[in-house]
Amino acid sequence: MNKFYKNILGGKAGIIGLAILAVLLLVVLPSTLQIFRLNLVGKYLTYAFVSVGLVLLWGNAGVLSLGQGIFFGLGGYCMAMFLKLEASDPITTKIQSTPGIPDFMDWNQLTALPSFWVPFKSLPFSLFAVVAVPALLAFILGSAMFKRRVGGVYFSVITQAFALILSLGIDGNQGLTGGRNGITDLRTLWGWDIRSESAQYIIYFVCCLLLIGCILVGRFVVSSRMGRLLLAMKDREDRVLFSGYDVASFKVFVYCLSAAMCGIGGALFVLQVGFISPSLVGIVPSIEMVIFAAVGGKMSLLGAVYGTLAVNTGKSLFSENFPQLWLFLMGGLFIAVVMFFPNGLAGLWESALSRLSRLSPRSGAAKKTIPMPAIPQASNLVETEPKLP
Amino acid sequence: MSSSTNFLLAIEDLTVSFDGFKAVDSLSLYMDRNELRVIIGPNGAGKTTVLDLICGKTRATSGSIKFKDTEMVGMPEYQIVRTGIGRKFQTPSIYENLTVFENLELSYPTGRTVWGCLGFRRSQAVIERIHAVADSVFLKELLDVEGAFLSHGQKQWLEIGMLLMQDPELLMLDEPVAGMSPAEREQTALLLKRISADRSILIIEHDMEFVQRIAHKVTVLHLGKILAEGSMSDIQHNERVQEVYLGH
Repeated sequence: MNKFYKNILGGKAGIIGLAILAVLLLVVLPSTLQIFRLNLVGKYLTYAFVSVGLVLLWGNAGVLSLGQGIFFGLGGYCMAMFLKLEASDPITTKIQSTPGIPDFMDWNQLTALPSFWVPFKSLPFSLFAVVAVPALLAFILGSAMFKRRVGGVYFSVITQAFALILSLGIDGNQGLTGGRNGITDLRTLWGWDIRSESAQYIIYFVCCLLLIGCILVGRFVVSSRMGRLLLAMKDREDRVLFSGYDVASFKVFVYCLSAAMCGIGGALFVLQVGFISPSLVGIVPSIEMVIFAAVGGKMSLLGAVYGTLAVNTGKSLFSENFPQLWLFLMGGLFIAVVMFFPNGLAGLWESALSRLSRLSPRSGAAKKTIPMPAIPQASNLVETEPKLP
Repeated sequence: MSSSTNFLLAIEDLTVSFDGFKAVDSLSLYMDRNELRVIIGPNGAGKTTVLDLICGKTRATSGSIKFKDTEMVGMPEYQIVRTGIGRKFQTPSIYENLTVFENLELSYPTGRTVWGCLGFRRSQAVIERIHAVADSVFLKELLDVEGAFLSHGQKQWLEIGMLLMQDPELLMLDEPVAGMSPAEREQTALLLKRISADRSILIIEHDMEFVQRIAHKVTVLHLGKILAEGSMSDIQHNERVQEVYLGH
């Protein structure tokens, strides 16, 4: 097998893990759930794009962003703007005082389409923007902060502030953005009714495939030299810097990559849920997304997906019955995971696997786990060293 | 330009002040190619600060640092490294979660940009170089061991090995034998002699016996200024030096 494929598939264990996820998402869930529930799963999976991005950014690069909702929202808005323009053709909107512009603009006495909306008449541009706008903003924010060595808690707080600024900015400009209600009443994508059941199925499958694509991209990054460099940076940033690496550029890259993934998730959210609003951009959703990644295991790309599904399923089951209690439970869950299961579901899974392999004597895994046995040799080596030149 | 062309490293009139306190005060220091220089001095003399200034970790208030006749002051740290200056920190700085092999591999001086890193391939040349360096720093048998499991002395060696991977023309070591056993010191002295054959080395060290064994030339720093400079025996017989340092 080609080394490239070996890397992105992550060896035998990686292929099995990915296959299990693919079968679950592409076969088991669609064949057992009604379309309403499947659509909910699809919505959760759009958050999983954010979690996968956070595994790269937070788990691997050690940079905790509490503002990933910014990029999720931007991707969603880019998609929603296209859909809204398509839903606002002059014939359906002929009762408006200015036909042909989105309804909320008309309500806000706008008489012409704002110039930044114009390119979103084009689907190729909109799809490009779904990835490029979040990545570009991440590049600007990331360059500004990382080149000035802003990191750690300061970075997290600043990203959170930006999430608040963006959600307030969208909220406060009703005529341009749809304000607090967001962009709603989205119907067709190039004439194809996205609300129909068949469309919902197709979009769900597209969502799953793109998510698996993002996981593969993540695996490629983690398995390349970049992955080891990111771990090294987390451990000894100075050593990396004084080994001739421009540390900031690597953080900017991972930040942009995670932002692009968030953007794709946001766009798929809009396609499956049918609206976008500032409530998906602000601080609370951004922090929730971090909890999804933490529960799944911040070092595990696959775990991020399971963590997202588990927390959201719990949320919808629980909040249907005890809406007030849910936020407390969520907070408690986060604290519990950080304190007792720092590697999340993925960590529990791995320790269960290693316990299994220790039980079965045939397993080859037990032979080569921890390099402890090498250590006595190491000290012997030192003591016998004078023999060497 | 003055005489700097002849030297590998020419530091002239270098000053750094932290809130008015001059940690390094109008320091001038010159190093030849293939020279092994040791800086000694009491605590707070500014020894580590000099290394920090050369590698760009601390910004000079005034003065000039010329390496191969290129000004280093104001250059970003990673550029300074790429022109050929390697620096080892006082406490061993290695990547604990990576194996010795991976530690050395990350120090291999190609593919140090984002795209270079993504496209980096573990070629035969890389593997051979890692084995050669691991052999020279006594870690040949431990390539697959994670950094965290190494002894203190082995971590020091690994960090020297990581610098050797970059093949720097100037190697700066901050107390390389601190915390080593006598046997390990012995080996380190041999290692340093061997690698100084084709590069310049600047070392900060406290262990006088060790300094005597390795130094070509010794510079004594006191309160950010040079107190004396010369061969080890000159230094040992210098009255001022005995007064501020060796006598203690």
